[in-house]
Amino acid sequence: MRGSAASALLLFIALTILVGLTIFLFATGFFAAPPPITPVGVRIDHQYNLTLYATGMAFVLAQLGLGWAVFRYRDRGQPARFTRGNAVLEIAWTIVTAVVFLGLGGLAARSWAQSRITKVPTDAIRVEVTEQQFVYNFRYPGPDGKFGRIDPELISAPTGNPLGIDPNDPAGLDDIVVSTLTVPVNHPIELLIRSQDVVHNFFVRELRLQQDAVPGMTVPLQFTPDRLGRYYIVCTQLCGMGHNQMHSFLDVVSDADYREFLTRAEAR
Amino acid sequence: MNPLPDHVHPAVASPSGFFRRYVFSTDHKVIGLQYYFLALAAVTIGIVLSLLMRVHLAWPQAHWPLVTGGTLRPEQYLALMTMHGTIMVFFVLTTAPLGAFGNYFLPIQIGAPDMAFPRINMLSFWFTLAAFLCMLAAFAVPGGAPISGWTAYPPLSGLGSVTGPGEGMGQTMWIVSIGIFCIASLLASINFITTTIEMRAPGMNLTRMPLTVWAWFVTAVMSLLSFGALLAALIMLVLDRSAGTSFFTPAGLVVNGELQSGYSGGWPLLWEHLFWFFGHPEVYIAILPGMGVTSHVISNFSRKPVFGYRAMAATLCAIGILGFLLWGHHMFVSGMNPYSSLAFSALTLSIGVPSAVKTFNWLGTMWGGKIQFDTPMLFSIGFVSFFVTGGLSGIFLAQPALDNLLHATYYVVAHFHLVMGVAAIFGIFSATYYWFPKMFGRMMDETLGKLHFWLTFVGAYCIFMPMHFMGIYGGIRRYADWTGATYLAALQPLHLFATIAALVTAAAQLIFFYNFVSSLTRGEKAAENPWRATTLEWSTASPPPVDNFAGAFPTVYRGPYEYSVPGAPQDFTPQHLPPELAGVSEGATHA
Amino acid sequence: MHESEVADRTGLTLGENGRGGRGGWFSGGGRDGNAGRSRTPERAYITGIVIALGAVAMFFAALVSAAVVRRGSPSGDWQPLRGASTVWPILALNTMVLLASSFTLSHSRLRARSGDDAGFRRWWIVTSALGAIFLAGQLFAWRQIVGAGLYLATNPSSSFFYLLTAAHGAHVAAGIVALLVIACRPARRMARRTAIEVTSVYWHAMGAIWIFLFLFLFFGGRS
Ligand code: HEA
Ligand code: HEA
Ligand code: CUA
Ligand SMILES: [Cu+2]
Repeated sequence: MRGSAASALLLFIALTILVGLTIFLFATGFFAAPPPITPVGVRIDHQYNLTLYATGMAFVLAQLGLGWAVFRYRDRGQPARFTRGNAVLEIAWTIVTAVVFLGLGGLAARSWAQSRITKVPTDAIRVEVTEQQFVYNFRYPGPDGKFGRIDPELISAPTGNPLGIDPNDPAGLDDIVVSTLTVPVNHPIELLIRSQDVVHNFFVRELRLQQDAVPGMTVPLQFTPDRLGRYYIVCTQLCGMGHNQMHSFLDVVSDADYREFLTRAEAR
Repeated sequence: MNPLPDHVHPAVASPSGFFRRYVFSTDHKVIGLQYYFLALAAVTIGIVLSLLMRVHLAWPQAHWPLVTGGTLRPEQYLALMTMHGTIMVFFVLTTAPLGAFGNYFLPIQIGAPDMAFPRINMLSFWFTLAAFLCMLAAFAVPGGAPISGWTAYPPLSGLGSVTGPGEGMGQTMWIVSIGIFCIASLLASINFITTTIEMRAPGMNLTRMPLTVWAWFVTAVMSLLSFGALLAALIMLVLDRSAGTSFFTPAGLVVNGELQSGYSGGWPLLWEHLFWFFGHPEVYIAILPGMGVTSHVISNFSRKPVFGYRAMAATLCAIGILGFLLWGHHMFVSGMNPYSSLAFSALTLSIGVPSAVKTFNWLGTMWGGKIQFDTPMLFSIGFVSFFVTGGLSGIFLAQPALDNLLHATYYVVAHFHLVMGVAAIFGIFSATYYWFPKMFGRMMDETLGKLHFWLTFVGAYCIFMPMHFMGIYGGIRRYADWTGATYLAALQPLHLFATIAALVTAAAQLIFFYNFVSSLTRGEKAAENPWRATTLEWSTASPPPVDNFAGAFPTVYRGPYEYSVPGAPQDFTPQHLPPELAGVSEGATHA
Repeated sequence: MHESEVADRTGLTLGENGRGGRGGWFSGGGRDGNAGRSRTPERAYITGIVIALGAVAMFFAALVSAAVVRRGSPSGDWQPLRGASTVWPILALNTMVLLASSFTLSHSRLRARSGDDAGFRRWWIVTSALGAIFLAGQLFAWRQIVGAGLYLATNPSSSFFYLLTAAHGAHVAAGIVALLVIACRPARRMARRTAIEVTSVYWHAMGAIWIFLFLFLFFGGRS
């Protein structure tokens, strides 16, 4: 008793509204991520939707089940049904959840493998990404296809050598260093992600990829964008005061534009 | 009614003197209350910090009184955020559920007069308090509080003030404080574990322990095994900062144009592994006691035995074990070997299974019950709801492919606030309303309690649900404001909504504080057993005497949740009633 | 209901199974309500120290696995502690000393059991002395390694060398303090027997941890 009816009804209503609103917002694509621009991104979205359905179902059943239980079994003077459990039921729901969860994990493993574990095509364009407080630098190897040696002692942004490229290494003479990332469409790209100071990150939501930039390591990341456009690159790893201002752009351009970009950059 | 046997001393003299009794007390109940008030002070500061953050996020250009320059600078925001996370995780959610309630009720629930090592218990509290003061002092040192988040990833946290204000003295204070906290937690967990093993009353075998005791026990084991690792990591971090070692600090770093010489090639991921080896168990340390309380309260107010008691105890243990094997899910995109991500993912998803079993069993306990909606029960129902909502977003994060999109966004912020910032806090609230009569001998006000519940329940959903959408859209966490990338500006209305909800929710906590304080003196006097409950704490006076049972220590005859037993004269059969008085036969063990 | 609860309190001698069932702590009497010591069964102290050693073990496990991981870190800067070849004989000697102290400790405990207080004390102090010699030996090993030009920050291998030996040394030092405190206790004190047991468990564990660390440093740090 003790005011059961009101509380029970309120809880039932509140949980139903919670479920209804949540379904409504997800169904209408409220602040959905913009569409992906890589085949891997499409797969990741597919996996996301699958997970949304599975967990969505669990969410609806659990919340409504809770609302129903408190409403239906509020104290109306009835005796409580004495039971200590039900082994069959318990084993059944353990198995069902295990199957659902591990099944999702198995499917997700495939999209993960596609984004991180596949071999890089030999013709991939390699670009080195160097992050520092609070900017990105992108280095293209230039016509010789080789990155020059880097020496931290030589790093000096004011004199125009933010990466510390060794002038005595011939491979480095033609290296191009720019502050935005330009890549041709439909061509495999491999980024080599590094950091000069603290841990940063490389995140483009349209690529459905993010990767930390860890000082002392060079982490590869590959993708093949299939849509032209300009996309934000943001840093998602707390890196200091300017963390929230640390961003750059990914320009996916046509082959012709890409060649033009290279020639212009080499000329400089 | 036999007279008490001779060899029992009916009452024990209280220690004399105010200081021995209330300050340097070794009584677990006093220590429990000390922890409780420490957590209350900490949560108040934590909430204020979160409100400052929220206001800044909604109105980044707002002019603040007392702030030089008028607007909040990014590093000030990051300092607020770091201290908010740290204070909430360590000084609220590790102290209140285990330190406060565990201390107060674990010995009573197993029929013991005190903890096994009362003086070590007192020491744990004083260390915790010292750690807390040290943490607060970080605000006052030159450069201010640290800005590296509660996770303190090096090299940001490992190089000193070159990496940012707050990374000098402030970060050092942070490390020292957490180091002291580690020692306090280790001492406390030794005490909890030993007490549970050695101090149980006659008849209190494992399958008769209340699920709260199970939860505290598993929690203590987890903190015993995890805080040592954090302490080791902190020592290495301090050495990197001050002695020039390179455990975590790589060679050739150029920070702010300055070459950091002398480092030979440390590995930042080593810190991440050590931190999360502690950090993941830590989040379960925060919530397991809440799960115990929820099981306990739901059974009590549904007037039904816990559905699947053995499964409930087993899943606590399963979560405790699995909790140590999946720290890598915080590092999917850290540059760790991508194959290990798959292993961590599978293990992370497996921990969803015992969690789901618990959820189903809570529903099973209510199903067919006779539910009474007193405030403790409302908060436990809220716990279940928030745990489901927050836990299910964990299923997204547990898949490395999806973590590609969701890592370090507000989706994660939504996830962990729902499970930790709300569900676990609801566990504390449930425990507070439930045990207040026992602790203070008076009832809390029901009407205010219900009002508090409803405002907090609705308010917390309003604060944290929108954050999922921010995250999916690409809203990055730990951003002082969203003026960087222009697409983030679209999310500003959601920020505004969350901020208003946070202000309302925080204001609603004033109702709680008022209710708490006024009930201390004006609450209706509580009987021994106001909730008609079965466990041992309800067999003694409210508040309990110094040795908990006035010399008349109980013997235990049955399981902890004997509600509505067919044939019993009343709908609850206390654990300590001898069979001839209980009207039902002894021992009925659990299914 | 209230009557029945009161009635129950008469039931306390009806104890049955259950590990916590030995009612030692409520037959003690004379509790002062504050110390609580007399209520804690003596065995709890042994349980307590075993559990505490679990935490200590995790602490060292974290350091050792950090060393393993650090050694395999991508920067490849780990260098064997080669310059320090003179340190291994000393460490081996120290290991012997610590092992010996475990034996003298066992012997001392046997003396105490058979009521030979003087014998107990003699061997107990020998144990403490061996512990002190071990610490001195460790310091000497540090001097050797410093002599070889290996400082705390020279190389990760030397950092871990100092870190592991210092952490272990601190634990041994705490053990020596405990040994000395107990050596000063009068034999009549009931609590002394428990204290002897607890300290023994701790001391043997420090020996075991040291042997593990020694092997780890020798095989992991040298090559
Ligand atoms: C109390 C604290 C708590 C709890 C209980 C959890 C529970 C879980 N957490 Fe969470 N987590 C945190 C606190 C917590 N977490 C914190 C603080 C962080 C961020 C730290 C930081 O970076 O600052 C974090 C971050 C975090 C990440 C890293 C995200 C990132 O940074 O990229 C991941 C990834 O796997 C994760 C996963 C999970 C999972 C799978 C669970 C599971 O245990 C959840 C299980 C529960 C359920 C699944 C719901 C109930 C089940 C049902 C109703 C069953 C029916 C369902 C089906 C059949 C589908 N968490
Ligand atoms: C227990 C943990 C906890 C709790 C309760 C909260 C409570 C809140 N948190 Fe926090 N938060 C964290 C843990 C917690 N948080 C952590 C770990 C981080 C990450 C830090 C980092 O990135 O390093 C974080 C970060 C964080 C951010 C992200 C910052 C960023 O990334 O830029 C935001 C933003 O809105 C936020 C907001 C809030 C708000 C509005 C509240 C609340 O104010 C909501 C209203 C309050 C309540 C519902 C609680 C009331 C409780 C009581 C009164 C308790 C009673 C206690 C006793 C009886 C002992 N928090
Ligand atoms: Cu760079 Cu955040
Ligand atoms: Cu985790």
